[in-house]
Amino acid sequence: MAIFADHHTRLLVQGITGREGSFHTRQCRDYGSNVVAGVTPGKGGQDLDGIPIFNTVATARTATGANASMILVPPSFAADAIMEAIDAGIELIICITEGVPVLDMLRIKHYLALKPSRLIGPNCPGIISPGACKIGIMPGAIHTPGGPMGVVSRSGTLTYEVVHQLSLVGLGQSSCIGIGGDPIIGITFIDCLQAFEADPETRGVVLVGEIGGNAEEEAALWIKAHMSKPVIGFIAGLTAPPGRRMGHAGAIVSHGMGTAAAKLIALREAEVEVCEHLGELGEVCARVMAQTAM
Amino acid sequence: MHLHEYQAKALFREVGIPVPDGQVIDEPRQLLPLIDELGLPLVIKAQVLAGGRGKGGGVRLVRTASEAQAAATEILGMELVTAQTGDQGKTVRKVMVEQGIDITRELYLSLLIDRDRAEIVIIGSQDGGMAIEEVAARSPERIIRVQVNPLIGLQGYHLRQLAFGLELSPQLSRELASLLQKLYPFFMTYDCSQLEINPLVVTSTGQLLAVDAKVEIDSNSLYRHPELAALAEPDDQDPLEAEARAIGLNYIRLDGTIGTIVNGAGLAMATMDLIKQAGAEPANFLDVGGGASAEMIEKGFRLLLSDQRVRAIFINIFGGILRCDALARGVVQAARSTGLTLPVIVRMEGTNVDEGRRILAESGLTLTIVSTLTDAVRELTNLKDLQ
Repeated sequence: MAIFADHHTRLLVQGITGREGSFHTRQCRDYGSNVVAGVTPGKGGQDLDGIPIFNTVATARTATGANASMILVPPSFAADAIMEAIDAGIELIICITEGVPVLDMLRIKHYLALKPSRLIGPNCPGIISPGACKIGIMPGAIHTPGGPMGVVSRSGTLTYEVVHQLSLVGLGQSSCIGIGGDPIIGITFIDCLQAFEADPETRGVVLVGEIGGNAEEEAALWIKAHMSKPVIGFIAGLTAPPGRRMGHAGAIVSHGMGTAAAKLIALREAEVEVCEHLGELGEVCARVMAQTAM
Repeated sequence: MHLHEYQAKALFREVGIPVPDGQVIDEPRQLLPLIDELGLPLVIKAQVLAGGRGKGGGVRLVRTASEAQAAATEILGMELVTAQTGDQGKTVRKVMVEQGIDITRELYLSLLIDRDRAEIVIIGSQDGGMAIEEVAARSPERIIRVQVNPLIGLQGYHLRQLAFGLELSPQLSRELASLLQKLYPFFMTYDCSQLEINPLVVTSTGQLLAVDAKVEIDSNSLYRHPELAALAEPDDQDPLEAEARAIGLNYIRLDGTIGTIVNGAGLAMATMDLIKQAGAEPANFLDVGGGASAEMIEKGFRLLLSDQRVRAIFINIFGGILRCDALARGVVQAARSTGLTLPVIVRMEGTNVDEGRRILAESGLTLTIVSTLTDAVRELTNLKDLQ
């Protein structure tokens, strides 16, 4: 078991013929993901290593039964690509692209509420259910299949760091999701926590947050009210200066809101095991999971 | 990207949002013809990208030509220190010269993005002229928030909620409605992420006038607003930050002495935290990209070495799809080609890490190679004495 992506996922890649698109399509396929189609307007009828390419998402879906799409197109085309995938009825959409204008995401967020699609990202590494399906740009080899940990994060390489530490202490992962570093994103911490809570393979969750916005505080409230499984939390940006965007568009402390300190307090109040030293995260998880098993 | 007041007001004027008559100048001698044109009194305002200009002495009301001349001469070229500039302040290169306004009342109006609800929020207050945070702390009931769903846009009821909430007269309510019917489309058209008019004044003839204008544009949208991108002024950027941007690095200058090179923004922030936890201070945030290449690492190296305050460098790289051996070669090459003399701590983890560490160890360079973040913190603790 895993959440959102598994053996049944039939993956389509929007932007499959681009440099990033073709590279990561091959990486996902080599990991074992079932890549069934690609979309590049004007290149319909061609193929990438035998993966058929279509002009539109709708035709690709009809022809191949694709139920997930990974978007790797330039930022100026990304909002359009997301909306095209939503309209074609794709169930799981993963937008890797960084740099989508916020106002475009505002409209997309409300459009999504009217449709059954689930969006991960934008500006994210994607999702991997180790041993089953990788949709994104994360290095597959650092992951360990079989659970018990679910990982959800706003970051990319910081997530790899966390996953690597988990693998080193012998904790495998059910699914790892990078929800993205932008101010407005598709699925949230809460959506992932909810799915992890319901997933039998997941017995504990690592939540990796960072400065900016209110998502960690909202997640903390949800955890307090609904989560029976242990959650281990880490927040990046304790030392970030206010008013500056720290790389991610969403990582900014503004008007005193969105500080790491406030997020840590909220998580502690929800009885989340907070780890303040990144180097110790794997050990903290091992200790918490050992206590849970008893 | 933040716009200067004079830039924002020029855009306001284009779409019919009322602003005081005025002009921007960069030399005191340009003032005289303006006094003839605009009359007296005048307001002279420093154009720097920071709030609190008035308290810092960057805004003057002048009643005579000689006062005007004295104020412009003094403000132009001054290092303006405000609550938001830091101690060094910002050099004033331009001032805005505006007609003095007969003010009967000051309101507050802003539009921003509500991240949690994915909506535009319009914030109004009767207490214009002071920081909204102050009003929020003192009398939160005097702040009116109106949420606008972007799919339906600004409607009449939004305007009524705001006008009744602010207890405006029927005439002022109509004025405010007409202003917002221009301001909301402005916000959407120019991809604003924040827009604040404080104060929004009521003149003696009952008109609304945007006496100040703070506009931030979503940098991600600049590809579709080349005319706004062109407004960026090189003087507003830290020279190292500007250089970094030009070579594709994500760099923010900080006050410490330990330079950092990290791949990925989240890991870069966490690395700053580690340095602080070790009792030292980071000199920068530097993200060379999640899929960092050896070339980007070398660029990062060169950038940090051009910062005189950097006493040591901490490289924290997670090798993913680009493997550690390739990254190690990049580090070695960068260290050799830059003739590095500073202490360097390298912490490398991820795919092919053993090969990567072997390359670093056999390079003949005096690098401190650590394998865990805990070890890195220990080494950093030793380094802090360098300060």
